[in-house]
Amino acid sequence: MTTDAQSARKRPYRTPQRLGGNGPIGPRGRRRATIVVFMLPALAVLGTFVFWPMVDAFRLSFTDASGFGREENVGLENYIRVFTDPAILRAMGNTAIYALIFTPAAVIVALVLALALNNPRLPLRGFFRTWLFLPFIVSLAVAAFAWQYLLDPQVGLLNYWLGAFGLKIGNVLQDPALAMPTVALIAVWKSFPFYMIVFLAGLQDIPQSLYEAARVDGAGAWARFRHITLALLGNTTGFVLVVATIAALQAFDQIYILTNGGPYRSTQTVVMQIYESGFKNLELGFASALSYVLLVATLLLGLAQFVLSSRRAKDAVK
Amino acid sequence: MSTATRNVISRRAGSAVLFVAIAAVTAMTVLPIAIIVLTAFKPTAEVNAFPPTLFPSEWTLDNLARIFQDLPFARLILNSFVFAGGVTVFALLFDSLAAYVLARIDFRGSRILLIAIIASLMIPFQALLIPVYQVIADLGWINTYWALIVPRAADAFGIFFLRQFFLSLPQDLDSAARLDGASEARIYWSIALPNAVPALLTLGVYIFVNNWNDLLWPLVLTTDAEMGTITSGLTQLTGPGGIIPFGVMMAGSLIALVPLAVIFLFLQRRFVASIASTGLK
Repeated sequence: MTTDAQSARKRPYRTPQRLGGNGPIGPRGRRRATIVVFMLPALAVLGTFVFWPMVDAFRLSFTDASGFGREENVGLENYIRVFTDPAILRAMGNTAIYALIFTPAAVIVALVLALALNNPRLPLRGFFRTWLFLPFIVSLAVAAFAWQYLLDPQVGLLNYWLGAFGLKIGNVLQDPALAMPTVALIAVWKSFPFYMIVFLAGLQDIPQSLYEAARVDGAGAWARFRHITLALLGNTTGFVLVVATIAALQAFDQIYILTNGGPYRSTQTVVMQIYESGFKNLELGFASALSYVLLVATLLLGLAQFVLSSRRAKDAVK
Repeated sequence: MSTATRNVISRRAGSAVLFVAIAAVTAMTVLPIAIIVLTAFKPTAEVNAFPPTLFPSEWTLDNLARIFQDLPFARLILNSFVFAGGVTVFALLFDSLAAYVLARIDFRGSRILLIAIIASLMIPFQALLIPVYQVIADLGWINTYWALIVPRAADAFGIFFLRQFFLSLPQDLDSAARLDGASEARIYWSIALPNAVPALLTLGVYIFVNNWNDLLWPLVLTTDAEMGTITSGLTQLTGPGGIIPFGVMMAGSLIALVPLAVIFLFLQRRFVASIASTGLK
């Protein structure tokens, strides 16, 4: 049985969860002030430059906003254009092609090199890891400059060296069939170190004892690789695939520098199109609709990653 | 030959093949960076000569001098440091403040805030560029450092990353300090932050590199040639039609690489950790 005196004594132990019990002065008031002061800068920034723009972009996407003059509501017109205008569909198709080249290439290169660097039989592992990691610090823009020079049809070193083997690659950046693979592979060069290190971290989490146990059980090298390495890297691979695909959807820098969407718009991607529609043609409403399509595509990929990794976590617990 | 010796030989041959293959891949990987460094010191005539050379026949500083004539390059370097450095300093401060509260204090609405922040992790900045540009234009910030820095002075990833780190720190120290009557501000500053230095360095490297290397952001928010960054400024060298000044371009690229190379040299482990931990997200 509780008396009034007892419950009154208990109260202080329950109330710290609640705020503002003591007014602005006193420990609870001070705690609330702390929370507000600590959270305010970050929330002000995120609120003004992430959450509000998300709402605003949604509103803009249903208007014919152009940055000045009156904004008229145009309903679904912008979204209809996104999915019917051949030029826009082409940009989305190009982005898909870019992703289909970039993602598998980057992931495979990263995985193979991570496996090699994780192999204790490879001498000078630290040395190779350091040098293979270097493109990570190079911006896509600077990577674009370097490759532009290497691939130059007149004075490019790569062109010259390949020519010595009888390989004439010509002006790849002006070739409608080769420009897209070229800009995608430049991004692979810049990005694989990131994924490689993620794979290396994943590989180092695999307990060595598993391999020893498998060897004792007579499992061959291939079986050990398939059933231990690849199986336990599943989560990492899923993560890298999704992150690489999201990065591919945002392709812009090297394309802006090297081809500006050409030749014949063969490298025009979604973000290039957002930049062109929004900042050159000042079709803010339409560019916002296209932005929202990009946003939703990205969120769906992120959600897929989340669902996959939590399902895998559940399987692992089973 | 016994099977054991044969095994040893095939194993040695295997690692020799692996070694040669990795060495070749590494050489190809480093080639574009080597080209930047070597071309930056080549005389213009040699840069545009056929057949092209790998090493300069004569080392010159002409290209490095010319980049400062062709572009307001000293200003661009300063801008890059103010932008990437400013974002890094503010983001580390604001992210860690918010992360501390979210990790250590249970208050009404904290869960919703956390969910909102995690949800916004996935939003690509490219998708919000147009409304963000409008906010910045309304504030009259176009062509100012504010435009470049303030929108990135806090970020969802940093808050989430540091919150996870603060959660992993043992709470005994703060509990003791709290019993002694220390304020939250004091615990944050004297206990939480000093213990978070590795995480702050990791996050700091990540933020600095991303902003230093960003192209689209300064391209959109600055139109004045004096307000761009190294990265956005260098794109001004690529004139359509005209001959591309590769020597000058490589000199500018080299300067863009130097600060990152220095960070890489001193903080290689942080670099690697920054990637490995984003992979653990």
